[in-house]
Amino acid sequence: MSLTTFAQHLLTGISLGGAYALIAIGYTMVYGILRLINFAHGDIFMMAGYFMIFSMASFPWFISIPVVLAGTVLLGVVIEKAAYKPLRHSPRMSIMISAIGVSYLLQNLSTYLFTALPKSYPEIPFLKVILQFGDISASLVTLITPVLTVVLVFLLMQLINHTKIGMAMRAVSKDTETARLMGIKVDNTISMTFVIGSLLAAVGSILYFTDRMTVYPFSGSLPGLKCFVAAVLGGIGSIPGAVVGGFVIGICETMLVAMGYSTYSDAFTFLLLIVILLVRPTGLFGEKATDKV
Amino acid sequence: MKQKKTRDLVLSLIVCVAVLAVLGWLQANAKAHSYAISIIERSVIYAVVAVAMNMLTGFTGLFSLGQAGFMALGAYTTAILTIPVEVRPSVYYVSGIAPWLENVHLPVYAALIVGGLVAAVFAILVGIPVLRLKSDYLAIATLGFAEIIRALLASPALETVTNGSFGLNNIPKFKNIFEPVVISALCIFIMILLINSSYGRAFKAIREDDIAAESMGINLFKHKELAFVISSFFTGIAGGLLGIYMRSIDTKTFQITLTYNILLIVVLGGIGSITGSIIGSFLINGGQEWLRFFDEPHFIGEYQIPLFRTGFRMVIYSILLMVVVLFWQRGIMGNKEFSWDGLFGLFKKKDKKGGKA
Repeated sequence: MSLTTFAQHLLTGISLGGAYALIAIGYTMVYGILRLINFAHGDIFMMAGYFMIFSMASFPWFISIPVVLAGTVLLGVVIEKAAYKPLRHSPRMSIMISAIGVSYLLQNLSTYLFTALPKSYPEIPFLKVILQFGDISASLVTLITPVLTVVLVFLLMQLINHTKIGMAMRAVSKDTETARLMGIKVDNTISMTFVIGSLLAAVGSILYFTDRMTVYPFSGSLPGLKCFVAAVLGGIGSIPGAVVGGFVIGICETMLVAMGYSTYSDAFTFLLLIVILLVRPTGLFGEKATDKV
Repeated sequence: MKQKKTRDLVLSLIVCVAVLAVLGWLQANAKAHSYAISIIERSVIYAVVAVAMNMLTGFTGLFSLGQAGFMALGAYTTAILTIPVEVRPSVYYVSGIAPWLENVHLPVYAALIVGGLVAAVFAILVGIPVLRLKSDYLAIATLGFAEIIRALLASPALETVTNGSFGLNNIPKFKNIFEPVVISALCIFIMILLINSSYGRAFKAIREDDIAAESMGINLFKHKELAFVISSFFTGIAGGLLGIYMRSIDTKTFQITLTYNILLIVVLGGIGSITGSIIGSFLINGGQEWLRFFDEPHFIGEYQIPLFRTGFRMVIYSILLMVVVLFWQRGIMGNKEFSWDGLFGLFKKKDKKGGKA
């Protein structure tokens, strides 16, 4: 592999990794607070793809994007209120089964509403501009993705470390009951987590699908699981960890495909997961384990 | 007391004979009832996997999501060993079959057991590292293993064995409806024996509190591994049966959705109830067919009722499942087993309030 092709693939990998990172944040934040693998998160991301198709059909892109963001956030919060909140005091397994049920429902609902055939994703013209750097060419979206990811993560870190709602989130994830006793509105805080997670998933979905061009009802399930792996890799509960994990998985996957091992690229992600769980269950940046694993 | 036992035995025998009679009648009119037969066959096969999953989730407290992977192993092994030698060239028309495998052929029953053993061997290997993990980490790790198995089965390196992404077909079908029903019943019976043995009690102790169980002298790892391996063995056999039932398989058959389906059967039937899993399997497999009503367009006079079209069935189905998960977490049977006393108790609840003699 020459240096140019290597750089080209690396760029693609970083771009994919950026989208993964944005989705992985949603997993890591929800897990940090509810101790729940939100299996439906990948499907929320897929639904955001469909929202974009339909809003682009009637609006220009600068109106569509806010519409998609709002729609996805609404979906995320509704799911939290309807499917997770009633089970807050049930065993952890029931809430996880509920998450699997929601994922199943969203997939079936979208198959029903939009058919199982892949739908083409609308192009936002300026994102598709091809830029040329020497021998390397890349569309604008490939360059924007990692930059946007880093900017959003920076903003999110500010929010979590320096605002009142951020402090509430940290408190709830440390100890829900004590946080409640201190006068923190736990339910609102949890909803806020879902708002942020879904918002980032929507941004991730716009970036991801602009590159992939098609959406179908199951296009969220595998990327969703991969992003969860990314979150575990970085250390569940840690936002910088999820971002690093996302980039690592995105780059590894692209490189494996480039080397001709595309059949193994999914298997590799899960192998990575198992190795991490065995060697360092707290992940790269996780807090020192209490009794999670 | 003794009278009651005789009564239960007689009633159970009557039901068994009645079931066999119905099956015999269906078999005698196989042409007319092929639809019902296929639903029954699928239900009993799913019931085996559901009971095997329940043994892990409900009785040992290990939440594993690797069922599809172990079913794939069983199905591929059984299929490779039972496809008639003379049609193999046409099945493996793309890449050819590996020379060492060319003439290996086993009868169905032997092939099913080999399929189960292959799944069990993988479970031993997978279990050693993975069973150290708990709850959701275990779930996601086993799910990962299932995906890895699927990727390996489809990989070009195994093309001459598994036929890669083309899958396998021409798997010989069941001779009659009794074959899958009897094999499944036998599998479930063995699992019931295991759960009622001292091993089963150890499993339940681990589920309730693993630290307490360990301090009572139960070897945690040994028992978890045992439950995992035996569950995988029967999952593998059920996978083999599913392969025979479907007659052609490829790796897409064994996606995560299959595991989710099994999980929903277990949840609907009640986590920790074997009879619940069996009932759940029949309800879900049958229900999916009965709900077909929603998939067809319906008219009132000239007016076509909206919403009724392909896919609506699955939406209704998943909403029903969500309702069960949210409002009826105990499922049909909770963690109780079916008993004649329980059945009669349903009809005379009022008397019970007075207290038992």
